[in-house]
Amino acid sequence: MTAQTVSIALAGSGGAGVITAGAMLLEAASRAGWYAYMTRSSGPQIRGGEAAAMMRLSTEPVASHDDCFHLLVAIDWNNVGRFAAELPLSAGSLVVSDPEEGEAPSQIGASGARSVALPMKELAKSIPGGRPNMVALGAIAALIGLPEAPLLEVLQKVLKRKGEEAIQASLDALRAGMAAAKDYPAVPRLPAAETRPGTRWSITGNEAAGLGAIRGGVRFVAAYPITPATDMLEWMAPALAKVGGTLVQAEDELASINQIIGASYGGVPSLTATSGPGLSLMTESIGLAIASETPIVVMNVMRGGPSTGIPTKSEQSDLNIALYGMHGDAPHLVLAPNSVTDCLFTTQWAVHLAEALQTVAIVLSDQAMGQARAVIPRPAEVAFLAKREKPQLAAEQNYQRYAVTASGVSPMAIPGMHGLQYTADGLEHNETGTPSSHVADHTAQLDKRLRKLTAYNYGDHWADVEGEGETAIITWGSSTGPAREALRRYEAGGKRARLVSIRLLSPVQPEKFARALEGVIRALVVEQSHSGQFYRYLRAHYDLPRDVKALHRPGPLPVRPGDVLGELASWS
Amino acid sequence: MDTQTQAARYSAKDYKSAIKPIWCPGCGDFSVLSALTKALAELQLPPGRVAVVSGIGCSSRIPAYTSMYGFHGVHGRALPTAIGLKVARPDLTVLVTGGDGDGLSIGGNHFLHACRRNVDVTYIIMDNQVYGMTKGQASPTTAPDWEGSKLTPEGTGVNPFQPLAIGLAAGANFVARCFTGDPNNVAEIIVEAIRHPGFSLVQVLSPCITFRPEQKDWKRLVRTAPVEFTTDAARAARRLMTDDGFNVGKVLYKGSREPFRPDLGGSGATVADLERQFLR
Repeated sequence: MTAQTVSIALAGSGGAGVITAGAMLLEAASRAGWYAYMTRSSGPQIRGGEAAAMMRLSTEPVASHDDCFHLLVAIDWNNVGRFAAELPLSAGSLVVSDPEEGEAPSQIGASGARSVALPMKELAKSIPGGRPNMVALGAIAALIGLPEAPLLEVLQKVLKRKGEEAIQASLDALRAGMAAAKDYPAVPRLPAAETRPGTRWSITGNEAAGLGAIRGGVRFVAAYPITPATDMLEWMAPALAKVGGTLVQAEDELASINQIIGASYGGVPSLTATSGPGLSLMTESIGLAIASETPIVVMNVMRGGPSTGIPTKSEQSDLNIALYGMHGDAPHLVLAPNSVTDCLFTTQWAVHLAEALQTVAIVLSDQAMGQARAVIPRPAEVAFLAKREKPQLAAEQNYQRYAVTASGVSPMAIPGMHGLQYTADGLEHNETGTPSSHVADHTAQLDKRLRKLTAYNYGDHWADVEGEGETAIITWGSSTGPAREALRRYEAGGKRARLVSIRLLSPVQPEKFARALEGVIRALVVEQSHSGQFYRYLRAHYDLPRDVKALHRPGPLPVRPGDVLGELASWS
Repeated sequence: MDTQTQAARYSAKDYKSAIKPIWCPGCGDFSVLSALTKALAELQLPPGRVAVVSGIGCSSRIPAYTSMYGFHGVHGRALPTAIGLKVARPDLTVLVTGGDGDGLSIGGNHFLHACRRNVDVTYIIMDNQVYGMTKGQASPTTAPDWEGSKLTPEGTGVNPFQPLAIGLAAGANFVARCFTGDPNNVAEIIVEAIRHPGFSLVQVLSPCITFRPEQKDWKRLVRTAPVEFTTDAARAARRLMTDDGFNVGKVLYKGSREPFRPDLGGSGATVADLERQFLR
């Protein structure tokens, strides 16, 4: 049963090593020439609890999970029932579990999937130093057609420090799993692929965003730890130090946002990364950066909300606060990457735009995308770099920091530039920066701060627009992966549709949107929020066709391609 | 530059802007502004290399009244703004100015962590024991039985915050108290504070004669602190815990903790070097 793609879930209690084994599988798959996409799910426990590595391997690039998992390997069943809804199976799926662990949870059994017993613990015990997760990994490799050679390479890399004995023990455990799975019922096997070392990247969305920020020119980061943004910061801290920047762990999010405002006022492109609760705390000072025209980038890796919500799981429900959270009329940029790969481009672009327009760019990623690891084609170089307009005036002339210009952008002096001193202010001010409550000054500055955003040419990057036909799928962020896959399947069925995935959420681009939707008579809106925040945003700012359906539901269940396809099919 | 042997390039007025302060006649903050400009003239720092950062409140208006780079941010967040600036731009001289409400109430957490972090900035806190800008409410340094506010007509019943004792305990590297009645002394202390590495905390008793007219008596109540500064934090703490808040005119503590100053030199790595880890 050779296929283009196979989906695997590896589950167990925390400490069973499922995330480790998942990461090794992804690494070996990339060495075998396959593409990969892996998300992880874990409970709230700091140590222990339940964990699952959910993976899709493919001979083509993948940016989404499939509708079902072909293979579920459970090292144990402790609390895996809590994940059942996140592990959809079909009658064609295969469940591999340890007979020592007893019956599968009822939700798993109810799927009608085939099941086989693999005594992972017993096999591991028979090998000195053997571990059940390696037995599981071996079984998976045998079932999907992953050769031993790349697995061995990965073992040698990962266990280098532990020595030959540990490598041999793991290899023996792998082989025990492979041998046991030889006669198991088939799951899709991927064909051997061409390997061309140096053409692919293995990266998470959070790492890609961090790299995009540094590529764009960010050299100062201040942040407070928060799931699921912390791993972006952990990647950035040593990376910044290497390229001549720094990351400060601040005392809270209020300090984080104001530290980056201070650093950026000093001329250094700056960023903070957070999640919903942190973004809530930052909103007052985001307004300050907008009013004082101090460029900053705020990366918000969304999680389930409101309040503390579901910290470890994904949701697209911070759209409203990102768009409308500030008091007063506070125009700013809101951008959203729509894949792991795009976290790199969009974050880099956000830095460029924030600096060029001297404003705030809020970037909305989410847990699913940020913590997903993918094997992707090597991303292209992007020309967008931080470039702030600075005054060229001689020191004697009367510098006006907030001069009303045609573009709305006023040259910004940087401390250290002599004779151009000014006071940046969150109080409304006149052109020189002096506080003013005059109607004319307020209107002129409001106009200017809006004009610089609306007059700017964002080119084609405002959205990804693909396909043709009278039916459109309109989506954003991490919902784009499954929507895009649904579109391909729809087209494979001989039908036509188009996809519009909006990357620049604010300022809105109604003319470009209208062109993208020319000839469309029905649209399906896809998002992961309970209240349909994106749907309402579209309703408020854009002309939609008469026939509109909205597929919106809360996290943490991801939107799956089949869900989108089902909605499309119900129209035809 | 040695000011003894070379003509001063900058005089105090070079550090003042043309903007008229919004302060009431008789406000102590006029003295602080004047002392600040004197101190900078003494140090001969080019105005373009100095940044004054503040939050919200009467005294937080100072940046615009100077000719230096200024940042007038949101209420309570002057310290993190200044810290971000100084960490990213260690070549600048960074001063933070503000009042007791801004720095010790809404900004209280940042105050503790700024002392702890010990970035090389000077924090001048103008303490008038009242919220002036919102027209006379109790602040964290107000006595518990002050009944002058309609918001707390029976007094707050809450013990006042001791900025210097708390600052010292949290790790401030330089602690001083002075009084606006002696602006030359305020200027001298600001000079010392700027010169001292790390986080320098200067409490200036700055009367609000509009909402606390009784503070006119401060000029009679203050006395020159009877002792010289110590480098022993424990001794400084004992003095601060037993003083009545009116010992002024002296530096009380000078520490020698290494300031927080991340190395911005990099390792010579390029962005392409960072990308190599992802390559497969």
